[in-house]
Amino acid sequence: MASKITPLRVVAGLVILGVVGLGVAVGAPVAFGGDSGNPSASLPVPITPALIQRGSYVAVEGDCAACHTNPGGQAFAGGLPINTPIGAVFTSNITPDKQTGIGSWSYGEFERAVRRGVRPDGTAMYPAMPFPSYAHIDDADMEALYAYFSKGVQPVVQQDKPANIPWPLSMRWPLTWWRWFFAPVVQPASAPGSAQDAELARGAYLVEGLEHCGTCHTDRGIGLQELALTPQGGPAYLAGAVVDNYSASDLRGDPLTGLGRWSEQDIVEFLQTGHNSKTAAFGGMTDVVTHSTSHMQLSDLQAIAHFIKSLPGSGQEQAFVYNPAVALELQRGDVSARGAQDYLNNCASCHLSSGAGYTDTFPALAGNPVVNAANPVSLIHIVLTGGSTPPTAGAPTSFTMPGFADRLSDQEVADIVTFIRSSWGNQGAPIDASTVAGVRKAINAPEPTLSK
Amino acid sequence: MTIKMKPVDAVVIGMGWTGSILSMELALEGLNVVGLERGEYRDTSPDFTYPKAADELKYGIRGDMLRKLSKESVTVRHNEGDSAVPYRQYNAFLLPDNLGGAGMHWNGQHYRPSPEDLKFRSHNVQRYGANFLPANMTIQDYDLTYEELEPFLDKFEYLCGTSGQAGNLNGTMINGGNPFEGARSRPYPTPPVPNIYGAELFAQAARQMGYHPFPQPSANCSQPYTNFYGVRLGPCNLCGFCERFGCFLYSKGSPQTTVLPALRQKPNFELRTQSWVTRINLDNTGKRAIGVTYINAGGEEVFQPADLVVLSSFQLNNVRLMLMSGIGTPYDPSTGKGVIGKNFAYQMMSATSVFYDKDVPINPFIGAGSGGSVIIDEFNSDHFDHSKYGFVGGGYIIGGQTGGRPIQQLAVPSGTPAWGEAWKRAAKDNYLHATSVVSHGAVQSYQDAYLDLDPTYRDTLGNPLLRMTFDWHDNEYKMTQFLTDRVHEIVQQMKPKSYSTLMRKPGDHFNVRQYQTTHVTGGIITGADPSSSAVNRYLQSWDVPNLFVTGASAFPQNIGYNPTGLIGGLTYFAANAIRTQYLKSPGPLVQA
Repeated sequence: MASKITPLRVVAGLVILGVVGLGVAVGAPVAFGGDSGNPSASLPVPITPALIQRGSYVAVEGDCAACHTNPGGQAFAGGLPINTPIGAVFTSNITPDKQTGIGSWSYGEFERAVRRGVRPDGTAMYPAMPFPSYAHIDDADMEALYAYFSKGVQPVVQQDKPANIPWPLSMRWPLTWWRWFFAPVVQPASAPGSAQDAELARGAYLVEGLEHCGTCHTDRGIGLQELALTPQGGPAYLAGAVVDNYSASDLRGDPLTGLGRWSEQDIVEFLQTGHNSKTAAFGGMTDVVTHSTSHMQLSDLQAIAHFIKSLPGSGQEQAFVYNPAVALELQRGDVSARGAQDYLNNCASCHLSSGAGYTDTFPALAGNPVVNAANPVSLIHIVLTGGSTPPTAGAPTSFTMPGFADRLSDQEVADIVTFIRSSWGNQGAPIDASTVAGVRKAINAPEPTLSK
Repeated sequence: MTIKMKPVDAVVIGMGWTGSILSMELALEGLNVVGLERGEYRDTSPDFTYPKAADELKYGIRGDMLRKLSKESVTVRHNEGDSAVPYRQYNAFLLPDNLGGAGMHWNGQHYRPSPEDLKFRSHNVQRYGANFLPANMTIQDYDLTYEELEPFLDKFEYLCGTSGQAGNLNGTMINGGNPFEGARSRPYPTPPVPNIYGAELFAQAARQMGYHPFPQPSANCSQPYTNFYGVRLGPCNLCGFCERFGCFLYSKGSPQTTVLPALRQKPNFELRTQSWVTRINLDNTGKRAIGVTYINAGGEEVFQPADLVVLSSFQLNNVRLMLMSGIGTPYDPSTGKGVIGKNFAYQMMSATSVFYDKDVPINPFIGAGSGGSVIIDEFNSDHFDHSKYGFVGGGYIIGGQTGGRPIQQLAVPSGTPAWGEAWKRAAKDNYLHATSVVSHGAVQSYQDAYLDLDPTYRDTLGNPLLRMTFDWHDNEYKMTQFLTDRVHEIVQQMKPKSYSTLMRKPGDHFNVRQYQTTHVTGGIITGADPSSSAVNRYLQSWDVPNLFVTGASAFPQNIGYNPTGLIGGLTYFAANAIRTQYLKSPGPLVQA
């Protein structure tokens, strides 16, 4: 699935940056890159089974497998294609094979790559590698991670594929400039109030660093840099962004478009199983749940939830109030509202005329932040292509919603989406057919096979 | 050239209900398990998503889920002297195919046997005397009691999230449940699916007549449910596409919705589809299975060695594989000796369509495979004194409908032409206002009802088809007449505009072109004694102790209920014995 890794959209912006020159002041949010690490450093602690074990858990938290394990390929051998507007790049082999992997890397080289985005030869990485987030990993976790990728992972001989990006766009020097401007100082994360609240501190550490939530959930600026890498960086932090034709939700306390109505337990359950009483994972989040959060310790998930619930909303949104009027209309057989008939025929058997869905099974549409998001791309995308919840060890059932692209016209999808966004207390704006057509084209979804 | 696979601890033949459950239970015990399925892989998504799951022509009429009869069928005859001919179009019974087997296309009617069903011969002899049984009736007792089986019947219900209303909870009778059921240790896992309107009309009439109507126990979950393997099911929305269909709501209990998501995560389990088993291989003593031979998707012959073999394909195919593998003594109807193929049985229904005026909105498209229907159990098993009626057994009576599909479920009053303008008018006038009341009766086992290999007809691999020798007996004609009389009394109390009935009468022969229940049983029956049964109480072969044979082939005679609940209970009973006894000390679990 080429769309798996979304941040590489960044690459396009980088190239633009390089071409137009970096003389333009870009208001870099952080101090210039910091020191560039010491590539000759060696691991300061002995590699023990316990350290390897810890490193394997750090790798889960960092979700390394999501990008570096190609589905159907060998663990961490890379090769996952990432299509960008200027060509494909491929993830690298991070197994300890000495020739084709990272088996000959020193600890210092490894550290520099992960936290600073610098390759052993001194050139910069594409920031598809979320090193601006990984800059927040502490030394102990870095050491464990190195131990794991040195001794805990099976070496695999597999040559990295060069990026398929033509010159002059393939030049890497603009990436270095980008790194200087946008990569933060390498230091563990902290959140306001962390000193008094150890759980909050742990949550901040995970969310800002290893879990790199902002890579998808924080909007990007003119250089396609994340507008904020921490809560202190401003209200854009985790306030939602559009990634790969999905809108990654606002995770802040906004009551309609964010997680204002979720409890910490809701967040924990969602990260463990991919669903809860309010929603279900879709798009890139299914990979996050599959490879990372479903394997994490409960205390870490609780810390993440605690931290996320500490992020205030914008204060601009009114509280969600469930409105039973639409359900009563549908139950009376009144389908006069735009999209109501199509909703009943296509959606209501799972999501119900009440929009309530079923807990941990079929997501609620009433009050769902994805439904209320200013940008309707996720909702349209899901109606067109469907989605499956990730099967996990604790919740092995994968519930699938079929795609309706081959069944519904752009106008019908627009009508349904508008109906969903305006019913049961939802407050999303209406959608027109051309918006649906744009999404259909962008994701290359099929056209309806039968005309009306 | 036979391909030889690496030996495994256990090989499971057929990945329907019982094969999936045993694969899971053995995998939980740490065994390396290979599951062989002759059909294709299939799952709720992408195979049965909405709305393509609701395709009556594809699934209901053309039987897309079923074994293609052009590949493999069964031959049928009424009597030993007749020539059997192949079954060429599905109606009377269904041969499942593909992953999930019949567990994917059933209706979810989830009953337990009555306690006396497990001791049916001795119970009847004790109550009515040995002469009450017709001379050629060969019914037998199970070698286990309801009380022994109860925890495992319970376990299967909690696997499926079965909906229903308990009638006897640990001996305490509960209003609204089945007053004739054996004591259950727990309530049903989910509450009953609400009654549909046709069922409600039936329930009101039955109550007025002093009967005890109750919601049909149903493996159509009434609400989302997570079972003990962690697998979650969705809620039934009474879509009307259940029997012969996959459930797009994840609500109907099936291997796909209850077991396979968890089994798939077991690294010590491997599923191989398109693997058509043709033989269970024995060592030179003939007392030990050494593995199975199958034909893979490429048409190659493969030998899979295994220490333990589970034969868990469909009832008819179980019998066929035992005969083709030369395990056990084939049944001889002239002497009654031999056990493989013995006591084949079926069921007998009568169906009454009930038509109302236009002021009664039945809306038959609201229907579920089993949820929402109402039952009375007064005339099943030995729930009433049979002495003055002169027959053994009985059945339940059910009111309601499972859907309003346009091809198979569009009833018109008797006397309506079968096509043309008058038919169309009758269809339009009655569609929204018709429901049904059905009697669902047991068929006992008889010396002349049995299964063996056909001498003439072969499947596409050249192996002999199974031959079914079966016809009705007086006991069942009397049973169905008695039940249908009771149906008519209730229907009259329902005060419809008209009703019409299909019932088998003396002189009618078994007709494979007519749909009835589809529940075929027997052929590898369970019992206390190797001279009269093929498997012991744990479904372990008396002849080959490292072979277990699961499913309805173990029933010594059929019951008035749908069989799946009993099949599931027997499977968990066997699984428990394998896990706690057999694996510690492989060998016969019951000394012959």
